[in-house]
Amino acid sequence: MKSLADLEAIRKKTLDQVILRKDSEGTRIVVGMATCGIAAGARPVMNAFMEEIAKRGLEHVTITQTGCIGMCRLEPIVEVFVPGKEKVTYVKMSPEKAVRVVNEHIVNGNPVAEYTIGAAE
Amino acid sequence: MKELSLHILDIIQNSIAAGAALIQLDLTEDSNSDLLMFRITDNGCGMPPEMVRQVMDPFTTSRKTRKVGLGIPLLKAAAEHTGGGICISSEPGRGTVLEARFGYSHIDRQPLGNMAETMLGLVTGYDSIDFVYHHKVNEKEFTMDTREIKSILGEVSLKEPEVMLWLSDFLKENEAALYGEEMNTRKE
Repeated sequence: MKSLADLEAIRKKTLDQVILRKDSEGTRIVVGMATCGIAAGARPVMNAFMEEIAKRGLEHVTITQTGCIGMCRLEPIVEVFVPGKEKVTYVKMSPEKAVRVVNEHIVNGNPVAEYTIGAAE
Repeated sequence: MKELSLHILDIIQNSIAAGAALIQLDLTEDSNSDLLMFRITDNGCGMPPEMVRQVMDPFTTSRKTRKVGLGIPLLKAAAEHTGGGICISSEPGRGTVLEARFGYSHIDRQPLGNMAETMLGLVTGYDSIDFVYHHKVNEKEFTMDTREIKSILGEVSLKEPEVMLWLSDFLKENEAALYGEEMNTRKE
């Protein structure tokens, strides 16, 4: 079973990389986590993003949470901010869709048009 | 909400919105007294007495996008359906305590659900806030204190991919052990 003793090893392993990329600006993934988002399934979506990003070791990507942005019927909503690009808003997300967004958008730079708010409206 | 762990995630967002630096979650499942109880204690901005009375009303919310807030009313209904209830005590400038009680074996009690996922989302999503999570199932207990984890990690962030994977496994395995399940996740 995992215990706190493993953490020291992880710290040593990651410390060098952390110092290297201290001031570079990265991609931000923002998941709506208000009552509406959570009830619609935002938690597994966020978890899927986290797992996929961690597994692929994408170190310039951060995941943050936000409140309700007023379009509850389209939850779970996820916004992706890539530096120098326009924000992309994904709606009615699922863990499976999250994996595809990481692969196609975050890694390869091609937003998944069919999941965006523009396609849903 | 399908699971109590989703209610917990939702209610803790209130503590975060209140600017808490430390949030404690005590969760107890006890078959002998037929009780499932959780208590969320934060050191956020707190609420004046009239606000405490109003938060049970769905037409009270601190958010600005619209005039309804359902988090607490939904939790209250879920608890009352099982013969339990919720109580909130708060003091401006000191923080808020919310306690919810459920009939453990009541047919209408929602399953607790995935607490590992709830805690992982909170701990890595709000790495500037400290969380103390204590989950007791009859005689077995599990405690996670992010202050302890952060002191080991030093300048390495909780959002580091390696750390997130470890945290995910750490939570899943320890939660499973509370119910007497063996669980082997990723190998090192």
